[in-house]
Amino acid sequence: MMGFIWFWLVAVMIVAYVVLDGFDLGVGVLHLFLVRTEADRRVTLASIGPVWDGNEVWLLAGGGTLYFAFPLLYASAFSGFYLPLMIVLWLLVLRGISVELRNHIDVGVWRALLDGVFGLSSALLAVFFGAALANVLRGVPLQADGYFFLPLWTNWETGPHPGILDWYTVIGGIVALVALTLHGALWLTIKTSGELADRARRIVGPVCIQLAVLTVISLGATIHVRPASLDNYFNYPFTVVVPVGVVASLAGIWLFNRNAQPVKAFLSSCLYLFFMLAGACWGLYPTLLPASTGVERDITMAKAISGPHTLAVGLVWWAFGMTLAVGYVVFVYTRFRGKVDLTSTSH
Amino acid sequence: MTAELIHRLHFAFTITFHYLFPQLTMGLALLIVVLKSVALKTGSEQWDRAARFWGRIFGINFVFGVVTGIPMEFEFGTNWARFSRLSGGVIGQPLAMEGVFSFFLESAFLGLFLYGEKRISKWMHWFSAVMVFVGSWISGFFIIVTDAWMQHPVAYDRLPNGQFEVLSFWQLLLNPWALLQYAHNMTGAVVTGSFVMAAVGAFYLLEGRMEDYARIFLKVGVIAGAVASVLIIFPTGDLHGKYVAHNQPAAIAGMEGLFHSEAGAGLVLMGQPNEETGQIDNPIVVNDALSFLIYGTTKAEVKGLDQIPRDQWPTALPLLFYAYHIMAGLGTWFVLLMIVAAFLLWRRRLYQSRWVLWALLLSFPLPYIANTAGWMTAELGRQPWLIYGLMRTSEGYSNTVSASNGLFTLLGFMGLYALLGLLFTVLIYREISRGPDAVAIPAAAHAE
Repeated sequence: MMGFIWFWLVAVMIVAYVVLDGFDLGVGVLHLFLVRTEADRRVTLASIGPVWDGNEVWLLAGGGTLYFAFPLLYASAFSGFYLPLMIVLWLLVLRGISVELRNHIDVGVWRALLDGVFGLSSALLAVFFGAALANVLRGVPLQADGYFFLPLWTNWETGPHPGILDWYTVIGGIVALVALTLHGALWLTIKTSGELADRARRIVGPVCIQLAVLTVISLGATIHVRPASLDNYFNYPFTVVVPVGVVASLAGIWLFNRNAQPVKAFLSSCLYLFFMLAGACWGLYPTLLPASTGVERDITMAKAISGPHTLAVGLVWWAFGMTLAVGYVVFVYTRFRGKVDLTSTSH
Repeated sequence: MTAELIHRLHFAFTITFHYLFPQLTMGLALLIVVLKSVALKTGSEQWDRAARFWGRIFGINFVFGVVTGIPMEFEFGTNWARFSRLSGGVIGQPLAMEGVFSFFLESAFLGLFLYGEKRISKWMHWFSAVMVFVGSWISGFFIIVTDAWMQHPVAYDRLPNGQFEVLSFWQLLLNPWALLQYAHNMTGAVVTGSFVMAAVGAFYLLEGRMEDYARIFLKVGVIAGAVASVLIIFPTGDLHGKYVAHNQPAAIAGMEGLFHSEAGAGLVLMGQPNEETGQIDNPIVVNDALSFLIYGTTKAEVKGLDQIPRDQWPTALPLLFYAYHIMAGLGTWFVLLMIVAAFLLWRRRLYQSRWVLWALLLSFPLPYIANTAGWMTAELGRQPWLIYGLMRTSEGYSNTVSASNGLFTLLGFMGLYALLGLLFTVLIYREISRGPDAVAIPAAAHAE
């Protein structure tokens, strides 16, 4: 029971992270090619300035929760994905520095550099997060002691000696990049106005269609790589609502954007990310990290769960703390709601 | 180089660089609350501007603290997987609590404090400064609780699979080691904050510009610095030291360089521990002082390294000895300097005393060194244990991550952090050169 609760609590935190930090990562990607003038750059950064840091906290809080609720998973996955995780950390450092300090610098060359760093690090983070999820879905070569170590790439195949990057995980990375770019574009249609918002709105349609195609490809690839992903869906047929939700939310993005209803289009995109991640979690449950070396080596909920008292105590402060945290998040988003208006010194 | 050494260096390097920033964050957060409170009470525009200036420096410093802090939470898993697997149920809790209780709070109110001044009332702005202070000090507490459990494990049980399990939530949070270390450490952060503030004031006065602000900075910096410099030795350092002496005799023997148990043990002020011969070379000693400091009597026997099995000696003995002596030596200098400065402030002569202003200006890096040396003392003193008495460091690192892969990412961090250090120095120097008058009230760029 505790395992069930904590599995979904961690899942909720990861979904919250992807939905929230997802749009500011997407805005970063768009910063590379959609945003052109200095005024637009300031508006773009101001649209995420007050919230991106709080969005990233979900990653830390989620990571910490994973740490104490499923220590074996945390230890095994973090050491096994050592190299890509370290690269992710470097990208997070560079991105945080570039987004926060750009406006402290008034030399054009350095600003351009920081803009480039911000855009590239955002794009690479999106790719890495997608590839990371794909690695979990595909499974890793777990040894008998519960550990593994993956090189960055081997022969680009999903077989018994995969790398972090193979054809399947690259697809995962591209899906994430496109999905978060779309998410970011929708955020800009809400928060900005004029020509920038128009440009953002115009790319949503075509990107949405690309994403639909990629979603189908990634689904097929997942079933091909790990057929067991479908088991839960066959055993509990009502859970077909998840793929239906994916399709419906994609349609929602496209339709609401065409009818110039940016908030509804953005919320559809949040739902798309939610259904995709929930679908992936449900495809895994109750396995946390599948082994490519045999089912008996899978890291399952039962194997990884912390002691009962730890989890009971954790539930109390977690519920209390997260209520507070949600309060802060709502507070910040309502404080800085509405379109960005650059009339004076800005973030 | 062995994998164990690389993983230790990896954590040591990234945490040492990281902690350069939070110590100023936590110290300044308190001083900014002081500036804001005076401004609110007196309605003084100048104190408000002073707060805004330090808020800007705080903001830059905070960003560096955040981005260098994120890797720390991950390194428990990446570099210390075997440790995390067994202890995650205990120390994963305070680490997760830091995110849940502190980071959300900080991220919400820091934006409001830095960019919201125009759209909220004076009271609300003061309140957001207080919340930023509370958030950063809560954050420090959970990290100390994490470390304290490794130093002095309490309230745990072991499950059949070897994992540690929390038995009492409150005993974990109220670990006596944690409370003492927290008091000592947070006072250290205030020392850093007040030395930095006083140094900027001294810099302006010596330059003969922005003198009104300089006097505010000196006044707040010197008063807070004098109080904190005394508190860090007595009672916080004294109590913490005694607690270490009772619970980690090997650590205290290493810190003091006490190779042989002695009644009426002397306090070594300076020297070089020689592990071959088991004595201190070129010692300068105060007779009986160590016995007195630990037990309150000059005759008490202090346990030396000779009573401790060789395989439980601190592994980096000379470094432990030096780190402790650097911390203690600098701490003594802080008290002397700040007491003199506070006396002159009281006699209204500080602003003209150029020698003291020079000393204050040049001393600003020293608290950083002292805080770093203090943490090195704590963590090197814990060796060879990862969890004191329960798990050795050699049993905790990720043995699936090779020394070569560890070195690869360690070098990566060194390069990246060298860049960050340069960038930080340039940005802070620029803010200080421009001074408080250049800081306008920032407006959050959003329409209602």
